[in-house]
Amino acid sequence: MNAHASLQGIDPCDLSDHRFTVPGMRCAGCISKIERELPQVPGVAEARVNFSAKRVAVRHDASIDEAGIVRALEHLGFETQPAATNPLAQDDAETKRLLRAVAVAGFGMMNIMLLSVSVWSGAGGVTRDLFHWLSALIAIPVIAYSGRPFFASALMALRYGRTNMDVPISIGILLATGLSIYETATGGEHAYFDGAVMLLFFLLAGRALDAGMRDKARSGIAGLLSKMGRGASVIAEDGTARWVKAEDLTPGMIMMVAAGEALAADGRITQGATNIDNAMLTGESRPRPVSLGMIVHAGASNLSDPIRVEVSASSGDTAIAEIARLMDEAGQSRSRYVRIADRAARLYAPAVHSLALLAFAGWMIAGAGWHQSLTIAIAVLIITCPCALGLAVPAAQVVAANALLKRGLLVKDGSALERLAEADMALFDKTGTLTLGQPRPVDLSVLSAESRGIALALAQASRHPLSKGLAATLQLEGVKPAHIDEIEEVAGLGISGKWRDTNVALHRPSAGSDAPASELVIGEQSVRLEFSDGLRPDAAQTLAELGRMGLPSQIISGDRNEVVDAIGRELQIAAHGAMLPLEKLAKLEALKAAGHRPLMVGDGLNDGPALAAAHVSIAPGTANDVSQQAADAVFVGDSLLPVAHAIIVARKTMRVVRQNFAFAIGYNVLAVPLALAGLVTPLVAAIAMSGSSLIVVANSLRLFRAVR
Amino acid sequence: MTGLVFLIPIALGMGGLGLLAFFWAMRSGQYEDMDGAANRILIDEEDDDLDR
Repeated sequence: MNAHASLQGIDPCDLSDHRFTVPGMRCAGCISKIERELPQVPGVAEARVNFSAKRVAVRHDASIDEAGIVRALEHLGFETQPAATNPLAQDDAETKRLLRAVAVAGFGMMNIMLLSVSVWSGAGGVTRDLFHWLSALIAIPVIAYSGRPFFASALMALRYGRTNMDVPISIGILLATGLSIYETATGGEHAYFDGAVMLLFFLLAGRALDAGMRDKARSGIAGLLSKMGRGASVIAEDGTARWVKAEDLTPGMIMMVAAGEALAADGRITQGATNIDNAMLTGESRPRPVSLGMIVHAGASNLSDPIRVEVSASSGDTAIAEIARLMDEAGQSRSRYVRIADRAARLYAPAVHSLALLAFAGWMIAGAGWHQSLTIAIAVLIITCPCALGLAVPAAQVVAANALLKRGLLVKDGSALERLAEADMALFDKTGTLTLGQPRPVDLSVLSAESRGIALALAQASRHPLSKGLAATLQLEGVKPAHIDEIEEVAGLGISGKWRDTNVALHRPSAGSDAPASELVIGEQSVRLEFSDGLRPDAAQTLAELGRMGLPSQIISGDRNEVVDAIGRELQIAAHGAMLPLEKLAKLEALKAAGHRPLMVGDGLNDGPALAAAHVSIAPGTANDVSQQAADAVFVGDSLLPVAHAIIVARKTMRVVRQNFAFAIGYNVLAVPLALAGLVTPLVAAIAMSGSSLIVVANSLRLFRAVR
Repeated sequence: MTGLVFLIPIALGMGGLGLLAFFWAMRSGQYEDMDGAANRILIDEEDDDLDR
């Protein structure tokens, strides 16, 4: 651990750990850049990158705070947000438990197979009995340990008087183990330990794949803190300011909101005037001027000047919280969606039970004796046990989700892929979804190569939205920042510094106009930069692609009608503007009632209820936390194409899943008569089971190629 | 037949070792960052002043 070397000289007691989400890490270079250069920032002791989770763990002392580290990372060229403290520990534990169970089952399966192969190849007499005893010795603890996920789930289902896929699995495994022990004790010819353990292994592998996929998506999405302010500086009566957490704010308190901060509660302005960005609540992209006495809402961010706000409603009562409640209710309908594997299990489980029972009864009536009848019934249970079915869905979905991840789309779980494949129309929010949601410079050609470097260096140092947009565009063009000294930011005015003894500045233009703009000053010269919130580069192509697949698109936006109509005309799709969150929700409910299965794509908090109510929903990675949580999938980057890819891949996945099902059923049609006829020995069961599982996995792997 | 007295414990022991190694790897966090591990091998650490 080379990083510990840098700890020398700092008292380890004063160090604290914080984690940051850095979605822009793409290559090995980014890892080394962050791990090498961040510790050189004063106060930072150690930085460790988790590339899979796109997260950086930073150990630092009290001389630098979270905001300072975010600035340092942004200076290195990475967009950063502080992550909540380990929100994933619990879900991780679930996957780890499954992985451990797979490992144990794998160990047991290998060793029992070793012994079984000897028995099949003719070991007899004492040797066979010895091998059976050894198998029992391995199998019983392995089944007790690895079988728990199934036993627990089956018990739960039975307690509520229902049945699920785990019930036949558990019964099959327990009966097979019990009968095998009996056979071993009485020196019988066949023992089914190998079959039972192999069944566990394949089914656990399917479960672990499924859980791993959900974890991966969650670690990519969760942890971003919501844009709603986490707290505010509250001014006491004696004039001192102290930091109060958002949930501890009470009506009547006076908050001081600096430029660049987000409001943590609703309130009325008691001092100052400023422009606020209300996009999260309304979708309106233009900054809104507010002044003394006006009402401002939590979630809005203060763009230009410091203001004081008297809190009128906090945490649970804010406009944001109201939207969150709507979302909660809208999301309920989605939880009723039944996944395809469960739909199959509903038909399958009773069929398997009755088949096994019939086999037992049939052979008893035919006078075969209870021992032989039970053996045959168990063979039926084991051979029909849904090894291939259990793998059919997760294997295909994991391959598809990984392929989509490479294209910049995170799918939260398998059911999202199933619902994506069913979508038959698409609804888009405008700000931040069809558009970038971030003002970008309209024309960079007014800047010379040299002034670009200066503009980037200045813009990087500021947190103003225009500066951020400028910095992002320049970085995309491959501009290297110039070296600038004495950088100073005056909130609400601009940023200035010294470049080779020349005064340089990036500030608000002197001549006012409606369109957002800023002015770059180098010595005596000045250049005016116009900004606009442009469409995502391939918005039109994406909509065309969706149309070709039979998903007509519409815009539903909270922004002003004339802006929305203009974009609708440009993209040649229907557009509805000035919609409140409740109206968006109503629109989706109406569409669903008319039998449609709408796909909703949106980013704002005002889209939250609509995202939750839609049949399936996608949010961009720049969306606020709440919307990302409500959406089924999240795409990163400036391109909108992942939305179209998602539909294509989801449909291909469902085709593969159906093939897998067809195969699994076909396999049963062949195998069940053999089992019913009493022809299935442990050897046949082992071959049939592993063979069918491998074929299903191989078929799913085809998706990797199909996605490209 | 007497060979089995040695061979079976050896086979079991080797499987058990593998299992223990896997548990150890999982507990020591080696599966936390699979993509990172794949990428880290590409980093050239040329500067010798990194005291390790």
